[in-house]
Amino acid sequence: MKQVIRIGPFHPLQEEPESFLLTVEGERVIDVDAKLGYVHKGLERLCQERTYDMIPIILERICGICSVTHSVCFCHAVEDIHGVEIPPRARYIRTILGEMERLHSHLLWVGLAGHFIGYNTVFMWAWKYREPVCDAFEWLTGHRQNASLLKVGGVRRDLPVDSFPAVLKVLDELEGQTKMLIGAVLDDPVLAARLKGIGVLTPEQVLDWGVVGPTARASGVKTDARKDEPYAAYAELDWNLIVQPEGDVFAKAVVRLLEILESIRILRQAIAKFPPGEIDCGPLHVPQGEGIGRYEAPRGEDIHYVRSNGTNMPSRVKVRAPSFVNIPSYRASCIGGTISDVTITLAACDPCYSCTERLAAVRRDDGGPPLSFDDLVRLGREKTRAIAREMGRKPDLGLEIRP
Amino acid sequence: MAEAIELIFYYLVFPGLAFCTILGLVLSFIDRKVSAMVQWRVGPGPGQPFFDVVKLLGKETVVPEESWARGFLAAPYVAFGAAGLAATIVWLAVLRIGGSPPGDLIVVLYLLSIPAIAVIVGGAASGNPLGAVGASREMKLVMAYELPFVAALLAVVFQTEDGATLSLSGLVALQDQAGSAMGRVSGVLGFIAALLCCQAKLGLVPFDIAEAECEIGEGALIEYSGPALGFFKLTQAVQLATLPALLVVVFWGGMGPGPAGVAVFALKMLLIVTIFVLVKNTNPRARIDQALRFFWGPVTALAFAALALAVLGV
Repeated sequence: MKQVIRIGPFHPLQEEPESFLLTVEGERVIDVDAKLGYVHKGLERLCQERTYDMIPIILERICGICSVTHSVCFCHAVEDIHGVEIPPRARYIRTILGEMERLHSHLLWVGLAGHFIGYNTVFMWAWKYREPVCDAFEWLTGHRQNASLLKVGGVRRDLPVDSFPAVLKVLDELEGQTKMLIGAVLDDPVLAARLKGIGVLTPEQVLDWGVVGPTARASGVKTDARKDEPYAAYAELDWNLIVQPEGDVFAKAVVRLLEILESIRILRQAIAKFPPGEIDCGPLHVPQGEGIGRYEAPRGEDIHYVRSNGTNMPSRVKVRAPSFVNIPSYRASCIGGTISDVTITLAACDPCYSCTERLAAVRRDDGGPPLSFDDLVRLGREKTRAIAREMGRKPDLGLEIRP
Repeated sequence: MAEAIELIFYYLVFPGLAFCTILGLVLSFIDRKVSAMVQWRVGPGPGQPFFDVVKLLGKETVVPEESWARGFLAAPYVAFGAAGLAATIVWLAVLRIGGSPPGDLIVVLYLLSIPAIAVIVGGAASGNPLGAVGASREMKLVMAYELPFVAALLAVVFQTEDGATLSLSGLVALQDQAGSAMGRVSGVLGFIAALLCCQAKLGLVPFDIAEAECEIGEGALIEYSGPALGFFKLTQAVQLATLPALLVVVFWGGMGPGPAGVAVFALKMLLIVTIFVLVKNTNPRARIDQALRFFWGPVTALAFAALALAVLGV
């Protein structure tokens, strides 16, 4: 018997509103459909009405976790239009911020993954280890998140060099804790039984669906914007690309855990080599043209497209977040698994719906034009009145319908 | 007449529903506090389980339109009543009040499986597909753990060649004479198998598969709210007060005389609850097919090994 099970829009599996329709026969999932668009924020449109100086601060708000990702990516795109080289110190600051973000994002995922398979101890431990990383972020930038540090052509403020010893100490402790977590994950037979061979993506499927980031690297595909097109200081530092061949959820967990150690390595080198000098290259006039920014976010490659018309505001900003290409791959990884497998597979690409939401245009059944803003307001008010009538309240809530 | 009043008092107040509910809520506080300590959290205050239940009892029960309302609403109360009856019988044997009738072990086994059946009925009656999935998982789980559980308990019954008894107070009396069943290999093996089955009976990780919050959103309980949900929670509390006591009575002797006896019994119960909590906090949730394979494979083998050894007198 076929049944449709809804995961979402409000479900304990995810902390953000999104909806997955699983068609199941018994426990076996035979089809997956995703419905997104619950938290559209209209940020791309907003960016067209703000100056280049203001936009990095707006774009920090795209994602609750990757505050550095989107602003750096936007800066890359605008710097691509301009052709400017940013000073070395700014490049190192961007590297340090990006890797700190990767640390706390991967720890967050490890905790959530534990929670999703009912292992709340891992959830609490991973989040406890994440806490000092956020503190260190605050010592460096003044904020645990959304530091408003990025600007086109460099960074806005310098990092306090005297906080580096304390940050290094946090990294030392985190290294030991991460190794302990890796040992606990690799040796646990129940975890292996739950995660190995589940939600497998083959390298061919990764390429077909355009999967990026740790999700792709866990299938043996070597893709990483930091290696493919090195930005910031990555070309000057010694670090390895973490790749696992299996493609299952277990491999994805291992990739993320090993990337934490790799990020610690990058951070240590960046702090040791931290160069003197300017942190930004002064006022820039952005000429007419278009540019692409690439950035390896914790979840995969982020791409921003910016078109400039020569004024101080861009005429188009387009964000393609990594989850936007990772989420469709559920059709390759989820179908055929049981409900228990699918829930952890849904979480395994570390989806960020807040990043992914863009304008959703709904096609009308009668083929007419999409509803306008005024139509939506009218429909909303009619529904409010209908509910009020149903509940026996005064139908008029003081709202007037515009003629 | 006086006898009837006495029995009703046993069932409703002590050592039945009221006593076991309160004891179960205290034990669930210990569960939550120990979990919090393992997870580096502060954890709730001692009143929290009581506040949770009081809050639920004061709320509205929403009955879904698609549900079979009568079955949906009756299930939690049937579960609570049956769990309370099982608790009364077990605790009367613990406290050595009256001589329990012959064969009450079998009655307890039946009564203890009624809450699981009520969950299945309630989940299936809710009309929610996730509730149906939860109900089917619970059904598979019941089939998985019942056989090894019964076999493990029977190991103790067969330990004594002459005077084998299926009465709980009889088992207590036998252990008073011959030492606790845990003194023998068969008793220890049976205890381990029964302990694992109780982990599943209580719906604790790794066998909380039927509730699986992050997969099917509490499964069979997904549509429950208000007092109906509250009574399922109370049923879980009563079971938490009953199953460890049953394990102690069957495998580890009854309650000794005087305050010292009470203290020893309380320590044994606490130890068992702590084992439940530690297992719960150091494992991820198993998949339903893995749980089935686990109970029908190693646990059943363990339980039958205990049974065979008991018959052989080891």
